[in-house]
Amino acid sequence: MALYSEKVMDHFRNPRNVGVIEDADGVGEVGNAKCGDIMKIYLKIEDDIIKDVKFETFGCGSAIASSSMATELIKGKPVSEALTLTNKAVAEALDGLPAHKLHCSVLAEEAIKKALQDYYERHGIEYDHSLFPDCEGCGHCCEI
Amino acid sequence: MNGKTIYLDNAATTKMSKTAIDAMTPYFDKVYGNPSSLHSAGQEAAEALADSRERIARCIGAEPREITFTSGGSEADNQAIVSAARIGEKKGKKHIISTAIEHHAVLHTLNKLEKEGFEITLLPVGERGIVTPEQVKNAIREDTCLVTVMFANNEIGTIQPIAAIGAVCREAGVPFHTDAVQAAGHLRINVAEQNIDLLSISAHKFHGPKGIGVLYARKGFRLTNIIEGGAQERGKRAGTENVPAIAGMAAALEEACSRMDENAKKLSAMRDRLIAELSKIPHSVLNGDAENRLPGNVNFCFEGIEGESLLLLLDDKRVCASSGSACTSGSLDPSHVLLAIGRPHEIAHGSLRLSLSEENTDEEIEYTIGAVRDVVGYLRNMSPVWRDLVAGKKEFITK
Repeated sequence: MALYSEKVMDHFRNPRNVGVIEDADGVGEVGNAKCGDIMKIYLKIEDDIIKDVKFETFGCGSAIASSSMATELIKGKPVSEALTLTNKAVAEALDGLPAHKLHCSVLAEEAIKKALQDYYERHGIEYDHSLFPDCEGCGHCCEI
Repeated sequence: MNGKTIYLDNAATTKMSKTAIDAMTPYFDKVYGNPSSLHSAGQEAAEALADSRERIARCIGAEPREITFTSGGSEADNQAIVSAARIGEKKGKKHIISTAIEHHAVLHTLNKLEKEGFEITLLPVGERGIVTPEQVKNAIREDTCLVTVMFANNEIGTIQPIAAIGAVCREAGVPFHTDAVQAAGHLRINVAEQNIDLLSISAHKFHGPKGIGVLYARKGFRLTNIIEGGAQERGKRAGTENVPAIAGMAAALEEACSRMDENAKKLSAMRDRLIAELSKIPHSVLNGDAENRLPGNVNFCFEGIEGESLLLLLDDKRVCASSGSACTSGSLDPSHVLLAIGRPHEIAHGSLRLSLSEENTDEEIEYTIGAVRDVVGYLRNMSPVWRDLVAGKKEFITK
């Protein structure tokens, strides 16, 4: 199908890191079932390194592929580096997404940020709140 | 199963029949004249056009002069509605009645008229997806200039009580249009017996070519041009007639009508098998009335998953299907039809439409049942929504 790049289809057909981490250090869920996509990211963090990451996604092909790619991009990385992951980086790593699907990469970025914020909160680590805005104006259907 | 595609998206479009292709080919390079030309080459094409018109008219119980060829169903819907509106406004009648589940060709035309000052009543259809003649009767006012109700729905396949609605309109003296794009060639149409004043048809829904359709308008009903130009189609639709496509459409419609009962029997058996088996998937729900539906239409919602990923994975298993999810519609909202029958957004996103043709086989149906079951299970396994539902953190919407 020409709608998506080969990379998107690969990550959609063979998603990496699907699942749950029962004793996760941080969990982030974003999206809304009403809008048609929800992403949930689980992080296992040791010595400030993302040792393991898993995801669950309810959504379209690009939502699943974006989640998969985002987990790949942060796995084994220091927390500080994971924090800098942008939706643009996710979309680029997937060789691009159709314009009306770009919000899927935004959701992936937001899910990871939310999981990292949860990690800070759970472990009582001081952090810069300005790094975690409530909504990045993703143009998604938050207002429904 | 071999590697053959299992095409279950016949409500989107159909494969052309051999009969239709054969009927078209002479008009590409043998009888290629312009029907408006006086010379013999043109007149031969004009005869073919007249012959097609007569045969199409016969299939729906109309007269040849009541048939206008258009570029397809959308143009026919546009012209029918705009024509009725123009007649109405001259008499000060600017109210139109329709339903919440019409095709966008109808709904968007009505939106346009609403901006011009028309008042539009969209009748609700209930969970079964069917509007009643009583609803229409109660909605008709002094200033109603048109009732437009689709013959059968393109998404959930429900068949409307067209003859009875037509009778209500006839009695009230209100013109009645029906978008019969999904019905033509599949359900019996007789414009006289069913009290229809205006009717739209599209050839590619019954194994004919794309880009050609019909607007039937009862004798004496004055059509408004959508396309201006030459005097083709009694001056009501300009542009050189697409003679090959028209010939293909006539052949396809005749063939579909002659095999209607036999096809319906075969299709409804496969449809009912799919409905019975897919209903066994936990937390699934059939969309649209189980009885009054097109012989080839199956439409389900599966809770906890999203339709686009379902379609892509089915496509990987060679099954071509369709969905009413927002992701496949290109908008933020799922199908207006699913919302109109009361499906919440959450499950409307997880819809699947399978639309059959007589070329499908029992073997394909059995394979599809397994494929859908597998893909739904797989997607649910990675869905956080499904996890919450199973864990009791959220309440199931479906049984």
